[in-house]
Amino acid sequence: MKTCTLSINNKKVTVEAGTTILEAAKSAGYYIPTLCNHPDQAIKANCRICVVEDKTSGKFVASCSTMVYEGADIHTNTKEVRELQTGILELILANHPNDCLNCIRNESCELRKLCERFHVRNYNLAHETDIYPIDNTSGVLVRDRNKCIKCLRCVEACQEAQMVGVLSPSYRSVNTNISAGFGENYDETLCTFCGQCSAVCPVGAIYEYDETEKVWEALHDPKKHVIVQTAPAVRVGLGEEFGMPRGSKVTGKMVSALKMLGFDKVFDTDFAADLTIMEEGYELLSRIKNGGTLPMITSCSPGWINYAEGFYPELLDHLSTCKSPQQMFGAVAKTYYAKKAGIDPADIFTVSVMPCTAKKFECKRPEMNASGYRDVDVALTTRELARLIKNAGIDFTNLEDEDFDSIMGASTGAAVIFGATGGVMEAALRTVYEVVTGKTLENIEFDEVRGLDGIKEATIDLDGTPVKVAVAHGLANAYKVMEMIKNGQAKDYTFIEIMSCTGGCAGGGGQPVGANKSIKERRIDTIYNIDKEMPIRKSHENPEIKLLYDEFLGEPNGHLSHELLHTHYHQRVKR
Amino acid sequence: MGKSLSILTKNFNNINVDTVDDYLAAGGYEGLKKVLSLTPGEVIEVIKDSGLRGRGGAAFPTGKKWEQAAKVKEDSYILCNADEGEPGTFKDRYFLEYDPYRIIEGMTIAAYAVGGREGYLYVREEYGRQKEIVLKAIEAAKAAGFLGDNILGTDLSFDIKVISGAGAFICGETTALIQSIEGGSGRPKIKFQRTAVSGLFGRPTLANNVESYCVVPALFTKDAQAYLSQGTEKSRGTKVISLCGNVEKPGVYEVPFGITLREIIYDLGGGIKDGRDFKFAQIGGASGPIIPKSMLDIPYTYEDFGKEGYSLGTGAILVADDTNSVAEFMVTVQEFFVHESCGKCTPCREGNRQLLKLAHKIADRKATVEDFLTVKRIANVMNKCSFCGLGTAAPTAMVTAIQHFYDMYN
Ligand SMILES: Cc1cc2nc3c(=O)[nH]c(=O)nc-3n(C[C@H](O)[C@H](O)[C@H](O)COP(=O)(O)O)c2cc1C
Ligand code: SF4
Ligand code: SF4
Ligand code: SF4
Ligand code: SF4
Ligand code: FES
Repeated sequence: MKTCTLSINNKKVTVEAGTTILEAAKSAGYYIPTLCNHPDQAIKANCRICVVEDKTSGKFVASCSTMVYEGADIHTNTKEVRELQTGILELILANHPNDCLNCIRNESCELRKLCERFHVRNYNLAHETDIYPIDNTSGVLVRDRNKCIKCLRCVEACQEAQMVGVLSPSYRSVNTNISAGFGENYDETLCTFCGQCSAVCPVGAIYEYDETEKVWEALHDPKKHVIVQTAPAVRVGLGEEFGMPRGSKVTGKMVSALKMLGFDKVFDTDFAADLTIMEEGYELLSRIKNGGTLPMITSCSPGWINYAEGFYPELLDHLSTCKSPQQMFGAVAKTYYAKKAGIDPADIFTVSVMPCTAKKFECKRPEMNASGYRDVDVALTTRELARLIKNAGIDFTNLEDEDFDSIMGASTGAAVIFGATGGVMEAALRTVYEVVTGKTLENIEFDEVRGLDGIKEATIDLDGTPVKVAVAHGLANAYKVMEMIKNGQAKDYTFIEIMSCTGGCAGGGGQPVGANKSIKERRIDTIYNIDKEMPIRKSHENPEIKLLYDEFLGEPNGHLSHELLHTHYHQRVKR
Repeated sequence: MGKSLSILTKNFNNINVDTVDDYLAAGGYEGLKKVLSLTPGEVIEVIKDSGLRGRGGAAFPTGKKWEQAAKVKEDSYILCNADEGEPGTFKDRYFLEYDPYRIIEGMTIAAYAVGGREGYLYVREEYGRQKEIVLKAIEAAKAAGFLGDNILGTDLSFDIKVISGAGAFICGETTALIQSIEGGSGRPKIKFQRTAVSGLFGRPTLANNVESYCVVPALFTKDAQAYLSQGTEKSRGTKVISLCGNVEKPGVYEVPFGITLREIIYDLGGGIKDGRDFKFAQIGGASGPIIPKSMLDIPYTYEDFGKEGYSLGTGAILVADDTNSVAEFMVTVQEFFVHESCGKCTPCREGNRQLLKLAHKIADRKATVEDFLTVKRIANVMNKCSFCGLGTAAPTAMVTAIQHFYDMYN
């Protein structure tokens, strides 16, 4: 490793050559303020708040985009540096609504935190804010361009990590703003609602369409039987909203909190994930046996579904017809559970808690009413659940653990790993192998499909038949896979998992903001640890799933399953 | 010193540019012929020895830039910046219109010196007529064997594409210009490698101003002596300036470095129009300083202007007579920058917005002492923190105006 020794605020530090001054300062114990910088993204260098003084060259430079060099004499907090940084902050505030009290990002806003740090109390600049209409027609994401500080993190997420290209900077100078399509609202574009733009926005300019009030209303309605399901990745993200270490496992506390909030039953989407594996596994086997379209691609990530429907309408036959676990849960809840519990499904209100904004879009799709009712009434993000808990005054961090309710609360290790990229594939392989071979799978951990590589591959020996699978996460990687399929270069793959977000649901667009790759990795590690600790780690061994098939569905991929648990896809066009 | 020189500008209005013949008759392509008898290294030495500094505004030593480009093994794109967006600047237009072959020859010499096969000439959108002239000249040069394969029977092959500018001032900045040619948004872009290593289409690129290329042929002909004998030790040769505003004879002049502003305005420009009094001049375009009467005797050189903290910029000189208000002028300049800021970075986007408001306040005679201090404070942030040269230079006019006309309310 080539290194470089320089001085930061008169302290010698040695760092790898090619490190930015920003990173080098961090290793010397100094935080330089940043706004446009995001560790997972390309360097943009447009906010300029990270300015520092290079006394060697006599220049002031942006530390996020300037590399260290041998002998550099860098100062990060001299009088003038602080004046310049404060000056930039004031320039931003002069164009900002400064509406923190009413702002959804109040607690997690990077701009507000910088104001705290720089003691911006009063400044004498002319206040001139932008006046754009709020884009809230999608019912999924909200864009308030008036709060936008033009850092372009959302654009980078949408164009590079996701390659969807809905967001772009438009106009110039003081009219610069981020437009969706050509200035239209999200729902007039081919936005996938992955929510990655909202997850990287440093301020309250892009956020989830908040539906906590609807949930309160249901909870307060004595006629309603309100049940809730929680997705696998929520239990490793939620704690972060309460200041717990990133990636803390808070399953038990989450269940307690939900019970305290007044949900009549607290169920687990993991149960439905096991159900998905049964359905999807049998669908795969049937496609292999009957010459169906292969490779088959997973369908549990609604951002991915939106992408496929928007950009690859000609390849929709490759998608598994299985609904996502969220929707399978809803359909089963308002049929099987309603019957078993003796409750009129019209009185059941299903809430889901998801790491995902696209799940809001999914549950609002007109076809998601297989039970005869809205299968899922409201989908909340992890962030909104935290809001409910805080609203109710619950001391989350000190809660005792509680268990999910029966009969849609039991789950397996295979289900929880749905929350990580590669997890659905691994869970499916655990079941498919045993169903096909009739043998017990000894080594159930498929390391080849784990981790943050963009596209992962593995070949599994199914009793002499090698089956080639691939896993992609982040829509930019989905694009690569789809182009391969389109060009006939993916014929030897049998099964492909695609997740819309980098890291899978652990890095979903509805998770606590401020995540980056290493934080996503921590969440993923916790997910795999939970799997390890589970007594049952294969979906087909889930006793409640067995019961569901015995008592209600009959067989996987059967007639009733198709009615309730499967769907079909359509081309999405711009409105 | 009563009239302007004609070394670089000797062909202005003197030759027919429809064919290459007149250019040849006037000694054109003698430079290239000489160059082809030298090694590329020797050519670059000549450029370095001439002390030539880029005429596009930043005054970067041209020889050094060529040396960096020559070091890169692959071919370089030879880029000529004819965007000429700085207000009051129109000298490159004259070269395009009256001496297009000189630009072509200069670029061809560059191709030989640094190694390049493809050239791009980026012409300001408004210069439609000049673009046609250059296109025609390129065809004529090609027909005569001065462009294309095996130029003058040598191994040198070089061709030039002409691109129409995107119409924004910022597109003259090299990284924005490159983005604009590539079909991008025409905003400056962060770079971690020199343009010489990674420029247009991510490939090695040599980018120079029109006038910079036009100096080059002269350095290899008998004009060299005439050119190099002009100027001062640190600012050698001549500079082509565009003089405009309230002067009797506005226009393009070739002046020796070291001439004073007074000589330029009164001797070359015929003095202030209608016999009025001089109030101020802005040097180098909208990005340049405002200069009062007391500074008219500063020699027009890099070093003398540098001592004041100013640069010569593009060579524009805008003269304002005593009917003009400094404060009103600040408003005009600031309006220009609010219009032209690309909006990418905070200091420039927001700083210009604030400065325009303050300029209005000053012009309306409502400004307080605090407001003047605020101008200074914001200007400092813009100057030290902006992403590109547009934002760093944008407050220059206001700051210098306040500095020199602090008593403007009286
Ligand atoms: C806002 C802005 C506009 C510019 N416009 C021009 C221009 O129109 N023509 C030009 O030659 N250089 C322009 N430049 C300077 C170029 O970035 C670059 O320094 C120059 O073209 C290099 O050529 P030179 O070394 O021959 O001067 C501009 C710079 C900035 C910051
Ligand atoms: S975005 Fe941040 S600074 Fe702006 S109003 Fe919201 S909390 Fe306050
Ligand atoms: S939700 Fe996803 S696709 Fe839609 S604009 Fe945001 S990043 Fe782009
Ligand atoms: S919407 Fe948010 S992420 Fe996008 S540019 Fe504005 S502040 Fe940055
Ligand atoms: S200084 Fe910043 S906003 Fe201004 S033109 Fe340059 S990059 Fe754009
Ligand atoms: S963090 Fe460096 S410019 Fe924005």
